[in-house]
Amino acid sequence: MNIYVLMKKTFDTEEKIQVSGGAIEQDGAEFIINPYDEYAIEEAINIRDEHGGEVTVVTVGDEDSEQQLRTALAMGADKATLINIEDDVEDGDQYTTSTILATYLKDQEVDLILAGNVAIDQASGQVGPRVADQLDIPYVTTITGITIDGEQVNIEKDVEGDVEKVQTSLPLLVTCQQGLNEPRYPSLPGIMKAKKKPLEELELDDLDLDEDDVEAKTETTDVFLPPEKEAGKVLEGEIDDQVKELVSLLRTEAKVL
Amino acid sequence: MNFTLSEEQEMTRKMVRDFAEGKIQPRAVDIDVKAEFPEDIFKEMGELGLLGIPYPEEYGGSGGDTVTYALAVEEIGRVCGSTGLSYAASVSLGSSPIYQFGTEEQKQEFLIPLAQGKALGSFGLTEPNAGSDAGGTKTTAKTDGDDFIINGEKCFITNASYAKQIIVTAITGKDDRGKNIISAIVVPTDTKGVTITDNYDKMGVRGSNTAEIVLEDVRVPKANLIGDPDAGFKQFLQTLDGGRISIGALGVGIAQASLDRALAYAKERKQFGQSISNFQAIQFKLADMAMEVEMSRNIVLKAAWLKDQGKVFTKEAAMAKLYATETAFRSANQAIQILGGYGYMREYEVERYLRDAKLLEIGEGTSEIQRLVIARQLGC
Repeated sequence: MNIYVLMKKTFDTEEKIQVSGGAIEQDGAEFIINPYDEYAIEEAINIRDEHGGEVTVVTVGDEDSEQQLRTALAMGADKATLINIEDDVEDGDQYTTSTILATYLKDQEVDLILAGNVAIDQASGQVGPRVADQLDIPYVTTITGITIDGEQVNIEKDVEGDVEKVQTSLPLLVTCQQGLNEPRYPSLPGIMKAKKKPLEELELDDLDLDEDDVEAKTETTDVFLPPEKEAGKVLEGEIDDQVKELVSLLRTEAKVL
Repeated sequence: MNFTLSEEQEMTRKMVRDFAEGKIQPRAVDIDVKAEFPEDIFKEMGELGLLGIPYPEEYGGSGGDTVTYALAVEEIGRVCGSTGLSYAASVSLGSSPIYQFGTEEQKQEFLIPLAQGKALGSFGLTEPNAGSDAGGTKTTAKTDGDDFIINGEKCFITNASYAKQIIVTAITGKDDRGKNIISAIVVPTDTKGVTITDNYDKMGVRGSNTAEIVLEDVRVPKANLIGDPDAGFKQFLQTLDGGRISIGALGVGIAQASLDRALAYAKERKQFGQSISNFQAIQFKLADMAMEVEMSRNIVLKAAWLKDQGKVFTKEAAMAKLYATETAFRSANQAIQILGGYGYMREYEVERYLRDAKLLEIGEGTSEIQRLVIARQLGC
C-alpha cells in the first residue's frame, strides 16, 4: 500500500509567541511537527506495519523543514519529500499549499493519504479536503479510528464529541483527530537510521508549476495576539442584586446581550 | 571551531526532552516522596534506545556518541535527578567498563542486555573504609581453580537492587613492589553469597536505588575478570573519567531546571506593585545562574567531545563534574531563595533540586577529589 502523509512544520504554541510588524517572530521560535500531523504519521506507520507498503511524508516548506521530515523518518516513515517554496512563494495560503501538494500527488501511485485535522498555527483545516478534491478522491475529516479490509475502509469520525461511523473505499484521504492514537517518540536507533533514508527535495519548477499558478487567493491584512486576560470580577450582595448587576454588566460592558 | 550540534544530536535532545517532560516530569515529585525506583520508566527508556546511546549497534547500542549521551542525561536530569542518576550510573559505570575493556564473550553476555535496556548496570567500588581512597579496597578475590572466591562489603552502590550483575572491584593479588592489585570482576546478582539490601534513607536522589552489598564466599568464573588482570586500577580510573562527564551533564540539567523555575516565577511574582524580575537583586541572581549554566554545559560538552575524538579528557572531565555539580547546587539554592517561602515547599520542586544536587558533589568522586585530579593534571 502506498501511504502518503501531509505534514506541516509549525512553531511550538507552548513557547511564547511574539508578533511584530503584522507577522509572527520566527527568530527564537521552536519549530515542531504539527501535533495533529503526528497522529497521521503514527497511523500511517501502523497501517504499513499491518498491511505492508511504504510511508512517504510530504511537506511544503523551506530548507529548515528537513528537520521535521527527519523526525518523521526517525519515527518510522520510509521516505520524505520536501517541496521547498522558500525562493518562489512569498505569501502562500491554503490554496497555494493544496495546489502544490495535489500537483505532486497526481504523479504518484496513491492508496491512502493522511493529514492532520488542522495545523495548530493557522488552524484552517482546509488543505487536506482541498487536496482530496483536486485529486477527485473521497475524504473523511477528524477521524478517530480506521480499519482497512481490502478496498473497503471503515472509519470512526469525531462529530462534536459523538462518533459517526463511515464506510468508504481506497484511494482515500483522511484527516486525523486527537484520540486516533498515541504518537511514538522516535527511538535512538530510529534517529540514527533517519539520515540514511531517502529525502527528496523539489521546487515548483520540478512540478511544472509557476508562481502564478499557486498565487494566494486570500490576503492577510493583520496578525495580532488575543487581548491579555484581565482579572475577573466577583460580585457581592444579595443574589437578586447580583443577577441584576451581572445582566447589566453583560449588556453594557461585555456587550454580549 | 563549531558549536553546532549534528542533526542526530539535536533530534535526540528534543526526543529525550519530550519524553522527560511527558513521562517523567508528572511523576518526579512522587518518585522523590515515595523514594521508589521507577522501573517502568527505565523499561521505556530501554525501548527508546537511551541505555545504549554510546555503544555500537552490534552490541545492542544505538551507535551514538558521548555528546549525544551527555545531552540525554541533561534532559533527564532537568526533570528528575533520581532517574538521571540511575541512568548515568547504568551507562557510564555499569556498561562502559565491559565495552572498553571486556572480552568479546563478556560483551555478548553482559553488555548487550545492558545496552538494549533489558538489564540495569551497577558498579561496586565504594566500601565502608574505601571512599575517596579507592586504593584502600578491602574486598578480596582469591583464586580457586578456574574461579574467584570473593569476600567483602560494598556500600552506597547505585542500582544494585535492580541490576542483573554488578561490576565489583576486589584485591586479586600483589604486584612486584608488594602493592595490592585491584581488579574489576563481573558478579551476577543471583550468585550464591551475594546479599543486597537497600535500607538507606537518603537526603536526595531518593528514587535512585542505592544499596549495600555483602559478598560471602561468592564464586564466579575467572573469565568474569574485566580487562588486564594487572591494570584493573588504571582501568577503572578511566571508567570514572567517563562517568564524570555524565554526572556533570546531570548537574547541568538540575541547574537549567533551577534557572527555568526561578525565571518563570520571578516574571509572575508581584511585590511592591511589580514583577520581582524588575528588581536588580533578582536580576543579578538570574544572570549569574544563566551564565554558570552556560559555562557548565560548555565544559561538559567539551569533555564529551574530547572523549569522542579519542583525545585525553581526564582534566576536562574533572572540571566538568566539579563546575557543573557545584553550579547545580548554587543554582538550586538561588532558585529556592527567589521562590521564597514557596521554594521551601516540596510542591514547587526547587527544594528537591537542592537535595538532589548535593549528591552530585559527593558521588563519583567528591568535589575535593576533582580538584586533586585537576591539580595532578597541572603537574602538581
